[in-house]
Amino acid sequence: MSVPRVSIIVFPGSNCDHDAVQAVEATIGADARLVRHDDRDLVDPDLVVLPGGFAYGDYLRSGAMARFSPVMESVAAFAGKGGAVLGICNGFQILCEAGLLPGAMLRNAGLRFVCRDVFLRVETKRTPVTLVLNRGEVLRVPVAHGEGNWTVGKRDWDEMVARDQVVFRYVNEKGERVEGANPNGSFDDVAGVCNVKGNVVGMMPHPERASEEVLGNTDGAKLFRCFATSLMAHGA
Amino acid sequence: MTVIVRVFLKSGVLDPQGKAIADALHRLGYAQVSDVRAGKLFRIEVDTADTKSALEAGRRMAETLLANPVIEQYEVEVEAAGVTR
Repeated sequence: MSVPRVSIIVFPGSNCDHDAVQAVEATIGADARLVRHDDRDLVDPDLVVLPGGFAYGDYLRSGAMARFSPVMESVAAFAGKGGAVLGICNGFQILCEAGLLPGAMLRNAGLRFVCRDVFLRVETKRTPVTLVLNRGEVLRVPVAHGEGNWTVGKRDWDEMVARDQVVFRYVNEKGERVEGANPNGSFDDVAGVCNVKGNVVGMMPHPERASEEVLGNTDGAKLFRCFATSLMAHGA
Repeated sequence: MTVIVRVFLKSGVLDPQGKAIADALHRLGYAQVSDVRAGKLFRIEVDTADTKSALEAGRRMAETLLANPVIEQYEVEVEAAGVTR
């Protein structure tokens, strides 16, 4: 079995980059490397991770400046060829701003920075990070963000639903969509989405912060293990 | 010449900051306030005397960077010698 190669992009202001390295090394024994925002060479990855943080200080809008980094041209080209890309929190915001994922982020509806565990329901198995999970399966993963209120226009939403592009929704621990489960007011309780092909995924919660026993929660590790399995399935 | 770009959330898009500001104004006694929309204003100095090209540059800057068309709308105008056109 080949060792998964994971490239983690470092923008000025990224702060979960080393956590992502640790998570993919510990969960799937990945060969992980950091790639700077001003590099164009992704170093032949199997998976690209855009980590959490505050790229460019979140100036203007979260992700608005980061999307114009030189490395993003390479990320877009990699995604265009079907390469697996996972954006976590700020990484999700950047992918939306870059147009690689649908929608945009608003301030949390409650106007507060929210930092707590949430429950996620897996809505589709068609992405590399949910491939061997069950639809309806519930994961406990922490969120930590001030702008995770994802929204989208009506026409784009109809298209997303038709094409099965909702990956995770906020639910309670029984997997039910109830008042209070959604930490930020996102449209239709969406916590994560994918592109039409399913190879680009963005999510507000942080699976890398819930990937090892020592962290008290290993639900996040399931996503990385899915990726390792998808890699073997595709014989890469 | 100065290009002024104003960016606001589209009508219909929830504006949590505007709502909090409206609530604060109500607490201060401004009962007549019925709605607040918070936005951004950019004053951009451009090296041209041509109003048309300055406006065009402002629109392009708004579309590529200053506004996110999914949630925001923008207005562009120029200001020359202290006079807004």
